[in-house]
Order: sequence, then C-alpha cells, then structure tokens
Amino acid sequence: MTPVPSASSASAAPSASAATSAHLTDSASSAASAPPAIRCRALTKRYKDVLAVDGLDLDVPSGECFGLLGPNGAGKTTTVEMIEGLVVPDSGTVEILGLHWDHDAIALRERLGVALQETRLAERLKVIEVIRLFRSFYRAGHDPEEILDLVELREKRDTWVDKLSGGQKQRLAIACALVGDPDVLFLDEPTTGLDPQSRRALWDVVEEFKSRGGTVVLTTHYMEEAERLCERVAVMDHGRIIALGSPRELIASLGADHVVEFALGSGAEPLPEAELVALPGVESARRDGPRYTLTVTEPHRAIPALMGELERHGGEMTELLTHHATLEDLFLSLTGRHLRDT
Amino acid sequence: MMNYLLPLKELTLARFREQLRQPEVLFWVFAFPLLLAVALGLAFRNRPPDVIHVAVESGPRAEALVADLKAAGGFAASVLSPEVASEELRTGQVALVVVPGDSLVYRYDPTRSESRLARIATDDALQQALGRRNPRATADHIVTERGARYIDFLIPGLLGLNLMSTGMWGLGYAVVDARRRKLMKRLLASPMRRSQYLLSFIAARLVILAPEVIVLLGFAALAFGVPVRGSILSLAVVVVLGAMCFAGLGLLTASRAQTVEAVSGLMNLVMLPMWVLSGVFFSSAKFPAAMQPFIRVLPLTALNDALRGIMLQGASLASLAAPIGICVVWGSVSFAVALRTFRWI
Repeated sequence: MTPVPSASSASAAPSASAATSAHLTDSASSAASAPPAIRCRALTKRYKDVLAVDGLDLDVPSGECFGLLGPNGAGKTTTVEMIEGLVVPDSGTVEILGLHWDHDAIALRERLGVALQETRLAERLKVIEVIRLFRSFYRAGHDPEEILDLVELREKRDTWVDKLSGGQKQRLAIACALVGDPDVLFLDEPTTGLDPQSRRALWDVVEEFKSRGGTVVLTTHYMEEAERLCERVAVMDHGRIIALGSPRELIASLGADHVVEFALGSGAEPLPEAELVALPGVESARRDGPRYTLTVTEPHRAIPALMGELERHGGEMTELLTHHATLEDLFLSLTGRHLRDT
Repeated sequence: MMNYLLPLKELTLARFREQLRQPEVLFWVFAFPLLLAVALGLAFRNRPPDVIHVAVESGPRAEALVADLKAAGGFAASVLSPEVASEELRTGQVALVVVPGDSLVYRYDPTRSESRLARIATDDALQQALGRRNPRATADHIVTERGARYIDFLIPGLLGLNLMSTGMWGLGYAVVDARRRKLMKRLLASPMRRSQYLLSFIAARLVILAPEVIVLLGFAALAFGVPVRGSILSLAVVVVLGAMCFAGLGLLTASRAQTVEAVSGLMNLVMLPMWVLSGVFFSSAKFPAAMQPFIRVLPLTALNDALRGIMLQGASLASLAAPIGICVVWGSVSFAVALRTFRWI
C-alpha cells in the first residue's frame, strides 16, 4: 500500500489516517526549493451554527495544481474565499506568496487571478469590454486580445455576455482571472454544469496556465477533473480534509485498482460482506441495499469467483459494472457517501 | 494617478454602456419626463377664453336679447322654452338662463363659478346694449405671461423629479444587481479600489445628466416656451448638486439590500412621499401649515424650489442658499452613512 499523506489535523478519517504520515514533512521537501504559494494554518470559519471550515491546514507549493474535492457544503468555497481574502476567517492564518491579507492586500490582489463560483458578469457588455475592464485593474498583465485567443472566444469578441453559452461564460470568467497575469489562479467549480466538450476546452486553458509555471487552486466535485488537472488533491468533508495526496496515491490507498459494482434482483437474500471479501482478488466490499461495491485487485479472478458465489447463494444478478478505481470510489469508501448526491 | 484613473474610466464606460444598452433605462430617463410634460402641458394648456352659453326663455323681446348678446361677442345664446332652458341649465349645457320681461331675471346656480361669470358678463353686455353709459372709459390689455403658466411651474418640478428617480434607481438598482450577481465580489477580488467602484457610479451619473437635462429643458423651451431666466451656470450647479444628492440617497438606500425586491421597496418608501409632497405637480404650499417645516426640508422640495427660483425668477445662487444647503446636507450625510454601512460582499 502506498502511504497517503493526509491532513495533520485530527480530522482525518480512520481509513485514510491509517495510511498517513504527517504532511508537513511531505510538503517541506518541495518547500525547500521554492516558498509555498499558499500556506494556511488552523483556518476556521463558522456561519451561525454551521462550522464551515474546521481548523484546516494547507500547503500548496509554487507551480502546483491543487484540487479541493468534496460534495456541496464540504467547505471548499469558504476555504478558497478565505485564501482569496474575500472571507475573513474566524481564526487561523493565510499566507500567499509570503504575503498576508492584513498588510499586503493590494500587492496580493495584483498577483492573484480569481474565478468565483457562478459569477454573472455584466450582461450587456461585450466580451472584449469585460476583459478590458478587468485588465485595467492590474498594473501589468496580458493584452486583452491575446487572452481572447487563449480562451478561444475570438469569434465572440463583440458578443454581449448574456448571449454566451454556459461554457463560454466560464471561459470569459477565466479570461478575467488570467488577464492580470497572475501567479496563483483560483477556480471555484469552473466546470460545474458544463457539457464534456466545454469542460475539456476549459481544462486546456488551465493546463496552458500550468505549463507556464502558474499555481492553481481548484475546487470541484468532478473526480475526472481533479485526476486530469491536479498534482495533489485534498478530499474535504464537513469542513475538514479527510485525505490528501496525488490522485494516484489516493486511489491506491483503496488498496485495489478496480471497482466492481453489481446489483441483485429483488427478493434475493443479501450476500454477507465478509463472504465477498473472502473471494480471491477482492480487497473490500460494501453493500447499499441491493447494490454492492467491491474494490478488486484482479478483476479477472474476482469476477468468476463472484459468479460462482452467486450460483451457490442463489441470487440473480441484474447489473454488473467494472471500472478503474477513481477519487469518487475513495470518497465513497471514506465517507460512505457519493460526491455528487449529497 | 493614471493607475487610479484608468480603472475609473473603464468602470464608468462599462456603467455608461450598460445603461445605453437597456432600452427601458433610456425610456425612463429621456422619454418618460417628455411624455409627462406633453400630457400635462396639454391638459393644463392656457385655452382661449371660453364662449359663454346662455339660454333665453321664449317671451317678448327674447329674439332681441339673443341678437344683443351675439352682437356683444363671446356668447352662444338661443331662445328655448322654459322647460328646455331649465333642463339645459340643470345638465350644465348652459351656464345661465335669461327670463325676458320688464326687469330681466337671471336664473343660475351661484356655486358654479362659470355661472357667476356668465351672470356678470351677460348683464354687462345686455345693459350696454340697452343704452348704459360707463362713467369712465376702460381699455383691456391682454397678457399671457411666460413663466406664470402651469407648464412653467411643471417643468422645473419634472426636472427635479427626474433627477431624483434617475439618481436613485440608477445607483440603487445597479448596486444591488451587482451585489446579487456576485459581480461586486468578483471586482473586489481584483486590485480595483472600492473608491474607484463608487466614483464610477457618480461619473456615469454625471455623463448621463447633461443630455437628460438638455433634452427635457430644450423640449420645454421649444414646445411650450418655458424660460430659463437665471444663468445657465447657476442652473448647472443646482442640477449637479441635485443629482449628487440623490445619488447619495440612492447609494444609502442600496447600501445593505441584497435583493432587487428589497431595494425597490425601500426606493418607493423614500421617493413616494416626495412625489406627492415636494411640489412637483402642484405647489407644496397647498399642504397644511403644520406639515410645512417637514416638507421644506425634503431634498426634492429644496431642489424644486431652487430650480424654480433660477428658471422662473432668475434667482442667483446666493439667494437660494437655504434650499441648496438642504441638498448638500442630504447628499453628504447619505454618502457618509452609505460608505460606513455598505455591504461589499
């Protein structure tokens, strides 16, 4: 099993913390070469009776694309907005590029690019006018026309914002975040609600920014997005980081590369999870009503064994799916819940 | 300096463009006051003196009386049977019934002012026709004074009203809309200064102001001959002060509201009393004396007083110190409070 670095706070869930070493030493190795782009300590924010962010520690080295993955309400946006200086934490510290919001706010704003979750920019401005407006705020930055090409909105240059599709609006939001030539780019659920093609177009823009050495902090509840873009991912739930590491490490912490999901027909006797785990190649088993999820090292051995087991047990299989393990499966195994249906 | 002005220019341009691209904004700012001016100008236009409708009951010399009235001019008279004459008097088709005889009898309702006028004019015309000689010769010199008509009273009031509505809606709605759609938050995440954002609203307001005032006053001068007797500079000073005063009030009204519904309610709460009380359509002097101190300190009353003083009486700025002072106090206090209470995120 690959060790999974996790948040050092006591918030780590048992299955992840079992495989954890303190992450401070982990990030220290990269911090030796360059100062961390972002360093948060004991960040806490409470809204009325909800603890949105619960003593969060975070280090993002310069040049990394860091993902915050979690369901709605996990505290991702609050975390990001505290780092962006838009929400004042109840306690804890934020340091970005060695600067602090208390005394370096203006200098900091010059170096950050921000795309908030679902901002509706001025409806009756043309695309180029919006980009020019945002360019005017920064002392240095890109030519608005170049940014237009970068986000592939050249053809929409003179279109009013309210005539753009969802994907085009998101690309415009990113154009506004990029036009000041930031060192750190924050994207809060940049592809939520977009079709796959728009999503990939947006990923290309982020990858281009990364390739020029930029640091990215991204929140998402799409595991594909995190797996594609992020060097490291923090899985958040209830305001805490419950697992932290590269997507590969995190998936590997499941102990198996594959997931087999199947369902039994109605009326079938439940299969005891212990019997399933005993099958060859099966690492873990979880039952949710008639649906079963197995993590599996060797599907070619596990599936025939499963079929044999079912024959003895006398149930009818109504569904069988097998796929490579993803961060979604990790989240499920850590919390018992799915990323998106909470 | 340039670092500060460039974003201000871009923000102002953005604000200006957004307004120009909203047909409804153009309607409310430019067309609506013109339509109001035209409608009210027509309704209350100065008409030529009305013809006096008189009935003469049938009887001896009835036809001669009708002829005398027609000769005097300004009368529409006819001989009617007593029943028909009474009916027409009752329904208001005639103002007066003349009963011929050795002594003339006038039948009319003295509570109708037109009837009382008809009584005086008819008696005058008939007595003259019957040979009365006036002890002293008289001559009439007819004047229709520009500046004293209803339309002259109305136009400065409409200008004040427009400065209030455009200022308050323009700022209040835009601020709340930007807050609601998180555009304000997004702008704050950039190096934009808060003062640039607020100043851009003021600047955009000033850009719209000039055409807004010129269109209304130009139309009033061309169509109704409404004068501007005071100096254009004084008028400009008062107009800008008034616009700023209501921009401040608009900002204050919108400083906390998070929904368009909430701010609309607040706006109406602030503006409706002034629509009625501040002497836009009729003089605020018509309200009871006990209310006058309150009415006098309303910003729209002060602005309307100052505008009327300059346009109709040619007053100087110095003589309008009191209303101008009231506008300045309202404007600066609202700005100051708005900045303290403003909800940025």
